[in-house]
Amino acid sequence: MSEMRNPLARARGLGSSKSGLPHWRSQRITAVALLLLIPWLVWSLLQLAGTGHVQAVSFVADPLNATLLILLLMCMLYHAMLGLQVIIEDYIHHHGLSLVLLFAIRIAAAAGVITAVIHVLKLVLGA
Amino acid sequence: MIGPYYRPQLTSMMSITHRATGVLLALAGAPLLLWWIIAVSRGAVELTALYSCLGSLPGKIISLALLFSLCFHFCNGIRHLIWDTGRMLKIEHAYRAGWTVLAAAVIGTVLLAGALL
Repeated sequence: MSEMRNPLARARGLGSSKSGLPHWRSQRITAVALLLLIPWLVWSLLQLAGTGHVQAVSFVADPLNATLLILLLMCMLYHAMLGLQVIIEDYIHHHGLSLVLLFAIRIAAAAGVITAVIHVLKLVLGA
Repeated sequence: MIGPYYRPQLTSMMSITHRATGVLLALAGAPLLLWWIIAVSRGAVELTALYSCLGSLPGKIISLALLFSLCFHFCNGIRHLIWDTGRMLKIEHAYRAGWTVLAAAVIGTVLLAGALL
C-alpha cells in the first residue's frame, strides 16, 4: 500500500525539543531589538549623566522616549525571562522547584512591564 | 564540567560568562532600570536616594559589574547571532571573534564607567 501520509505529518513531534522553536525565535527577535534599543538607552543615560530630577522627568515624559523606553523594557524583560527559563531547565533538576521558578519569572516579567508602563505613562500624561 | 580534568578554553569560558552576565542583568540590571523609572516618577527625593545608593562603594562595585555584564552580553550576543546565521563557526573564527568580543567588552566598560560612575 502506498504511503498516503504527508512526510511532514510523520516528522512532526519526533524531535527532542518538541515546542522549542518559538522560544528560540523569540529569544533572537528580542535580541535583535535590544541590539538597537540598548545603544539608544546608553546614549540617553550619557546625556542625563550628572543632571537631576527635572532633566530625567522631561526625558521620560517625551512621547518618543517613553515609547522606546517601554519597548525596551518589554523586550528586555521578555528576553531575560526566556534566558532564565533555559537556565532553570538546565540546572534545576527538582521538578517542583523548577515549576515554581518558571511561574515566578513569568509573573515577575509581567509585573515589571506593567509597572514600567504605569510609571512612564504617568510622566507622559503629567499626572 | 570545570574540575581537575578540564582545561579551560576561551569558547566554553565565554559561553558560561554569557549565561552568568545574563543572569546578573536579569536579576539586577533590569530591576535597576525599573527602579530608576519608578524613582523619576515618584519625585526628586527618591531619585536622589537612588543616585546616592549607586554612588556608594558597594553601589559603584555593583554598577561596574552591571556595566561589564551589559557590554559583554551585548558584544557576545552579536557573536551568537552571527553563529545563528551559520557564519564564523570554524574554530579559528570562533576564537578570533571571542577575543574581539572580550576586548570590545573591556574597552566599552572602561569608557562607560569613566563617563557614568
